[in-house]
Amino acid sequence: MNPQAIIDGLIAGSTIGLGAIGLTLTYSILRFANFTHGDFLAWGAYLTLTVAGVLGGLAAGLGAPVYPFSFGWGLPLAMFGGVALTVALTLGLDRILFGKLRARGADAIIIVMASFGASMALRSLLEFIFTAKPAYFTKALQIAKPLGLGMRATPDQLLVIGLTALLVVILHLLVTRSATGRAMRAVSENPSLAGVYGINVDTVIRVTWIIGAGLACIAGVMAGLLVQIRPYMGFDLLLPLFSAAILGGIGSIPGAMLGGLIIGLAEAFAVQIVGAEWRAAISFVILVLVLMLRPQGLFGQKGA
Amino acid sequence: MTALSVAGLNAGYDPDLPIVKGVSFDITRGEAVCILGPNGAGKSTMIKAIAGLVPCFGGSVRLGQTDVTGLAPHVLVRNGMGFVPQTENIFTRLTILENLQIAAQLLPKAERSGRIAAMLDMFPDLAARPGELAGALSGGQRQMLAAARALLTEPQVLMLDEPSAGLSPKLVGQVFDTLRRISEAGVTLVLVEQNVRAALALTERALVLVDGKLAHDGPTDALHDGKLLGELFLGHRAAEAAT
Repeated sequence: MNPQAIIDGLIAGSTIGLGAIGLTLTYSILRFANFTHGDFLAWGAYLTLTVAGVLGGLAAGLGAPVYPFSFGWGLPLAMFGGVALTVALTLGLDRILFGKLRARGADAIIIVMASFGASMALRSLLEFIFTAKPAYFTKALQIAKPLGLGMRATPDQLLVIGLTALLVVILHLLVTRSATGRAMRAVSENPSLAGVYGINVDTVIRVTWIIGAGLACIAGVMAGLLVQIRPYMGFDLLLPLFSAAILGGIGSIPGAMLGGLIIGLAEAFAVQIVGAEWRAAISFVILVLVLMLRPQGLFGQKGA
Repeated sequence: MTALSVAGLNAGYDPDLPIVKGVSFDITRGEAVCILGPNGAGKSTMIKAIAGLVPCFGGSVRLGQTDVTGLAPHVLVRNGMGFVPQTENIFTRLTILENLQIAAQLLPKAERSGRIAAMLDMFPDLAARPGELAGALSGGQRQMLAAARALLTEPQVLMLDEPSAGLSPKLVGQVFDTLRRISEAGVTLVLVEQNVRAALALTERALVLVDGKLAHDGPTDALHDGKLLGELFLGHRAAEAAT
């Protein structure tokens, strides 16, 4: 077996894990499975691409690759804009759709169905605006460098793994050590009691959307940087995202990240063992096994 | 000075079927009041409506001079309302200290650690293990943590919904001893309680709710022999009140 599958799995798992963290946060605090989360990844990638285009038009030098990476300063700068726009999109959607359903006391299944419909609308809108033709952040080619033990990776790929690790540590500290994180965990456990404790639940919900949308945008940019940007890129990631969030345990940030890495590694090894055509089935198999054997996931609590 | 004023309160889950019907009372600052009544009388619904957890369809709730009718629970807490629900009144997946830290967020930063320390002094059982998950506490200790959390922000009014529910007689004694200390410290106390004897011993005034209406409002002394309370619970006075 080629050890390269480990690196390939970690790279794919980084994107999946980052997306799954946003999904698990919204799932645990808003209490519904948000099907639009995958589309936030795609929108984040396209919005960042748009901002990068604008920045490139204003200052051509920003697009020049910065060694050893395949992209210039324009992309990280554009990502800040992309994150802001994705957050605005998410908060807007919550205001016109999910927030109204919450205020009416709608059942979770109604909100899930609404998210499914919104997901289709967002995807179609993306295709309408940007067309289905794949787009790229950079067309520069990178040569994978040897890492030892028969594994290779490009600087962009290593950056993705490093950035993911950094973000997970920051998020974990935010949720476990800060007042905002305590409020998020409190709302996740009992929103009604959180109000009695003096927590503004609406603010916590907005913070959750902001974090989820920001991570989705970054995950989308990572996926777009390493592969390509397509309107369906988020939809294609939806099953791995849900599998990772459920495998890790709903509400657990380290769990979602570990779940993402396990899914990524399982997919990479499956490609070598049973063939690339079975890659997509791996997430489904893992999801079913987790739901049957340990529905609370690796780090989740029973009844959560 | 009036701490809590409720006037013509109608509340419940369906505007066409209010559970609390036109209830009015005033509670003076520092007073300890119990709310009694048979099962289904609307005691918990009323206290939850005052705390912002159940919709109010009519009437008003004033905290001191401020009209707080229909405000969200977190706004009421900031206005000086402390409420301890009957069950699920602490965050079991957070530590004891984290439970207190959340409540302390409402205070100015300079006061937070001092108030948390004061609460841990008041409740030594909690001080012994602040880093432990609150879910590991016994029933009585959970009630103490819930009371400590509510008291931490020095509320104008502290309302408790059946603090003795589900506790052993020994723990009920501990909880009521704690409530007595709180009351003696000058905190306005409103207590919904099924344990009538303990509630009457702790408080100086009783409101009796029957079928969502206020059937009696007076000193607890009049209820100690149980005769009047029996009549109220069985409906004789309620029938008179209705007519």
